[in-house]
Amino acid sequence: MKKFVTFCSLVTMLLCSASMALAASGTIKIGGLFSVTGPASFLGEPEKKTLELLVADLNAKGGINGQKLEAVIYDTAGDATKAVQLATKLIRNDKVVAIIGPSTTGESMAVLALTEKEKIPLVSCAAGIKITEPAKDRKFTFKTPANDHVAAEKNLNYMAKQKQKNLALLTVTDGFGASGREQLKTLAAQKGFNIVADETYGPKDTDMTPQLTKIRGSKADAIICWGTNPGPAIITKNVKQLGIKMPVYMSHGVASKKYIELASAAAAEGVMLPAGKLAIYDMLAKNDPQQKLLREYDAAYRKAYGVEASTFGGYAYDAFLLVTNAIKAKGATTAQIRDGLEQTKKLVSVSGIFNMSATDHNGLDLSAFEMVRVTKGDWAILK
Amino acid sequence: MELGTQLLQYLLSGLSTGAIYALIGIGYSIIYNATGIINFAQGEFVMLGGMLTLFLMGVLQLPLWAAIPLAVLLATLAGLAFERLAIRPLRKASPISLVIITIGGSILIRGLAMLIWGKDTHSLPAFSGDEPIMLAGATILPQHLWILGITVVLIVLNRWFFNHTISGKAMRACSYNPRAAGLVGIDVRRMVLLSFVISAAMGALAGIIVAPLTMTSYDVGVMLGLKGFCAAIIGGMSSGLPTVIGGLILGVLESLGAGLISSGYKDAIAFVILLLILFLRPQGLFGKPESERV
Repeated sequence: MKKFVTFCSLVTMLLCSASMALAASGTIKIGGLFSVTGPASFLGEPEKKTLELLVADLNAKGGINGQKLEAVIYDTAGDATKAVQLATKLIRNDKVVAIIGPSTTGESMAVLALTEKEKIPLVSCAAGIKITEPAKDRKFTFKTPANDHVAAEKNLNYMAKQKQKNLALLTVTDGFGASGREQLKTLAAQKGFNIVADETYGPKDTDMTPQLTKIRGSKADAIICWGTNPGPAIITKNVKQLGIKMPVYMSHGVASKKYIELASAAAAEGVMLPAGKLAIYDMLAKNDPQQKLLREYDAAYRKAYGVEASTFGGYAYDAFLLVTNAIKAKGATTAQIRDGLEQTKKLVSVSGIFNMSATDHNGLDLSAFEMVRVTKGDWAILK
Repeated sequence: MELGTQLLQYLLSGLSTGAIYALIGIGYSIIYNATGIINFAQGEFVMLGGMLTLFLMGVLQLPLWAAIPLAVLLATLAGLAFERLAIRPLRKASPISLVIITIGGSILIRGLAMLIWGKDTHSLPAFSGDEPIMLAGATILPQHLWILGITVVLIVLNRWFFNHTISGKAMRACSYNPRAAGLVGIDVRRMVLLSFVISAAMGALAGIIVAPLTMTSYDVGVMLGLKGFCAAIIGGMSSGLPTVIGGLILGVLESLGAGLISSGYKDAIAFVILLLILFLRPQGLFGKPESERV
């Protein structure tokens, strides 16, 4: 009988220790909110694929600090209300320690109100500057795409060097264009540029020759266009049709080969824009710190999905790297991850090299972009 | 640059955009006249034209001249299937239900196109190069001439069909009074089917000839369809010259508005015209109150 009791207690102890061991090596759950379908699906789809790719890769290599990582990903369909519901689900049911996404600024603004209250770190993949500002109300909110004004400033700095003082703006009437227009006007005023024409076009417009005719009549030294495809490609063709000789600058929103393909190499020749380094990694200097990572990301993405990696997928890459880096450095509770994110220094990733601080929850500067010029259907880096 | 050249450029840009609206608008009118319903899936046939051409060129490696007729044919078959599967089984339903069905149909076609071809925008090569043609300081592209030319040919063909062929005359009879047309032995259902076939073919052709300029993607039909609808309303839902003029007026006003007032109001101009016409002259700009509809 005594033996039996000893045996039982031993078994119980074993079971207890086993379950404790299980808890220690349990999984860390992070959430993903991406607009995989709907109007912003061009953002959400590569973001979701990138996150899945990275999680699988990390687990195959043994996880973080011996623990496996699990990503719970939901599709918000670009709808802010749905994004908030799914964020609640991630926090309450799935008990995630951090959330990556959402894909658009509107959704991020809605979700961050919830995550700030629940004290869950949110790393947004949207560009709007209001997501991380004012910093004092955004303790738990971070974002990976560079602010629009960084790309705008990159363009204006280059124009200043070329002594182009009179600018014509041509911006799309959606969130991206409106934000770009605002930033360009503020920065242009600060840097002493004159805006001599300020035209807009609709995201579904098919002919921008009227706006360009008006711009041709102005005394502009350069045209700066802010939009995402297909608008800028149509504008590029229209510029060629009208025989306009002014230099044309675009936003970072068209920094993909797709733009050159749509506009045709002949029409796009000479167009200049600030490009994220993913688009041009094979042209970067050999000692560029990002080059190896970019090459590997592109190769892995091509291998898994058969298409080239996009800047948008890169935003999810950055977010993943920031979160896992924070977990490695500090630990896997929500407060530890927040602190780890805020103290990120010199983290080399896809969109740039991140240096976070209490007042800067984006952490990217002008070095995130390179000025490029379309030359013979390809990019050429401008010095 | 002086104002004269600028005005000419606005006018040329407006006319070439307007011709596109006109072609799409006529598709609406033909179906409206044969059936009394407004087919909101018209824009999707425009999309199908462009996307099918790209698909045939890309996957089957067909040259442009072979891909175009085949794409028009396939889009026409889609229009035929649409009428047989979505409209005919519910022929007894009220026009408003049928209009809602066409909206449902358009969402379905758009969704399928997105699944099959993805969400990317594509560009079609221009038919005969893209070296701009100078015209007294203003410029147009060879593709614009194609658009204007094909629009004229289609209008002439349309006119001939409705006035000089038995089928065309039968379709007109159906539009005046379907019941009476049925009594004299016209197969009204066949005429409805025919109207969908013609509109789908015209929509697809419009989609193909504009694709080199406007690019094409699974959702290109939405805005173009809406503008075409405006053109048809201005023309009083006539399937002839008035709708063409409606389209041209719309294009020119948009272009002049964007150039002379502000580009921010471009779409507002189109829709304000639409509302004004609907309030003040619901029979169209040129129609008499009891006008001939075909």
